[in-house]
Amino acid sequence: MNPVRTLKKALIAAATVALCLSSGNLFAAGKVLKVAIIAPSASNDLAFTQSIVEGINAIKAERELDVAITDGTFVVEDAAAAIRDYAAKGYDLVIAHGSQYGGSLKEIAKDFPKTAFAWGTSADTFGMPNVSSYEAHSEEGGYVMGMMAAALSKSGSIGVVGPIEVGDAKLYVDGFVAGAKAQKADIKTNVNYIGSFSDVALAAEAARAHLAVGSDVLTGTAQMVVGAVGVAKTKKAAWFGTQANQTVLAPEIVVACQVYKWEVILKQILADMDQGVLGGKKYAISLANNGLVIEFNDKYELPADVKTIGMDAITAIKEGKITVLK
Amino acid sequence: MNDFFSTTILIATVASGIRLATPFLLASLGEALGQRSGVLNLGVDGVMLMGAFVAYFVVLKTGNPLIGAAAGILLGMVFGLVYAFITVNLHAEQGVSGIGIYLFGLGMSDLLFQKLVGTPLPIMPFPEIHIPLLADIPIIGPMLFTHSLIVYVAFLLVPAFTLLLNSTTYGMNIRAVGENPAAVDSLGVSVTKVRYSAIIIGNGLAGLAGAALAIELGIFQHNLTNSMGFIAIALVYFGAWRPFGVMAGSLIFGMVAAIVLQGKTLGIIPRSASDLAAMAPAVITIFALVLVANRFKQPAALSKPYERGR
Repeated sequence: MNPVRTLKKALIAAATVALCLSSGNLFAAGKVLKVAIIAPSASNDLAFTQSIVEGINAIKAERELDVAITDGTFVVEDAAAAIRDYAAKGYDLVIAHGSQYGGSLKEIAKDFPKTAFAWGTSADTFGMPNVSSYEAHSEEGGYVMGMMAAALSKSGSIGVVGPIEVGDAKLYVDGFVAGAKAQKADIKTNVNYIGSFSDVALAAEAARAHLAVGSDVLTGTAQMVVGAVGVAKTKKAAWFGTQANQTVLAPEIVVACQVYKWEVILKQILADMDQGVLGGKKYAISLANNGLVIEFNDKYELPADVKTIGMDAITAIKEGKITVLK
Repeated sequence: MNDFFSTTILIATVASGIRLATPFLLASLGEALGQRSGVLNLGVDGVMLMGAFVAYFVVLKTGNPLIGAAAGILLGMVFGLVYAFITVNLHAEQGVSGIGIYLFGLGMSDLLFQKLVGTPLPIMPFPEIHIPLLADIPIIGPMLFTHSLIVYVAFLLVPAFTLLLNSTTYGMNIRAVGENPAAVDSLGVSVTKVRYSAIIIGNGLAGLAGAALAIELGIFQHNLTNSMGFIAIALVYFGAWRPFGVMAGSLIFGMVAAIVLQGKTLGIIPRSASDLAAMAPAVITIFALVLVANRFKQPAALSKPYERGR
């Protein structure tokens, strides 16, 4: 054995290790990250779960990822089992996509300090170094939609179908109401939280209740609104959607949808992981960072002045001239 | 508050309550029939889910809600056949078997939906049928006689089932098998046939209940029934295994839900009490169940498998 050659090899190896450690690059270049997503409803729910699935698919188009998805976990205990299972299987990033999963994640993340966890919508990382949180400033799109809805309404009454008054659903509804009032101070906005994220029949009846009191423009958030869209379609009431593009449900009445582009923050989370940061950070999508995008339905004949109101509001929010929900 | 008592709102609320009650009524009637023959089926929700998906899929492909509803019934009857074999021939424990059927329906309906449909697409719902003359009666007409076909069918089944159970030999056999199958067997009536038929009809109605839900909503989604089947079972106890009692329970549940919805829409129920109010239908139904159920005895042979000579 040549001692000089051995020393050279040892030095090269040591230099390589030092280089990696100095840059904090725990996930060495070339390694395909394993990402797991646990979400409450179906991957194609045209709402919350679909938005994260589309987000990760957008990332997959840019970089190689090994992605596993467990959807339909409305039962938190089922989600908790899946979160733990993925962490135990060595997934690098486990995303718990639902504010109801926070309690479980807090317990599980402690047991897997080398696994990165992200959850939302929330702004709470529990002070843990391997937990990140993410949220959607859905109030911004809500505000834009509210302004357009008020301008569009002929009856002066707008109906809102909400699930439970939490998370991005509450933000969207509050933003929508604020936007409507900003456009028309005397507009009537009836908000109905039905108390469920999954009761499609009840959401449909809530929409009927809104129509019965004279609302001619409706909106709603969360997975169960597909029922409400159906009712709005039958009665030809205009619909504003959020979370995903819901035009396919009723092209004749969907005016516009606020679409979540989670890829914006997923890209940041993965970039931070590349730098060895497993958590402790808060991420958010907004109109300004293009994580929230208002998609208009071309098939809906939206009056130009109403569209202008929406576009102006988007610009104003992006430029910081309007701060929604101060 | 005055808004709530305006004619328009009253009509809308009652009509909403009737629509909400319909799937419960169909499923409860079917379950009541099965239980009167001595067979408990906790799998109603699973059968409803399968009926909902099959009906949705058929309407998506054919554009015909009636064919969809028929497919839902047929699917339910197939499930009934399977459940009858498990409980009547194999003498399986009925509670556990029912839960198995439920879990199967929950998973299979979603799997089929994901594989065969994917993105939820809207389907044509049942059209509203305005019953000539009756629909023109002030207030009552729009409340009761402007619904879809499935609503009328559900409520017409109530007197039909009452007649069936109380005034026909077949109905008497069902009730007798549910009380004392050995005695019926000794008279030469086939307990197996009676239970098979009651379970198949009952499950057919559960399939129709699911179909009604999907077609009325014009959409299908994972776990569309949201555990309606379990509430339907509770309503059978509330209704003391009698069709009119079951109808009363379904209507109470539907009406309370509709009143709460309308109250929230009008702002009569404040948003701070929204979640509490959402529990009202279940709480009131449980309260009524406690008051009513103890007055009536359940079928003596309910959930007991029958084996000749044992």
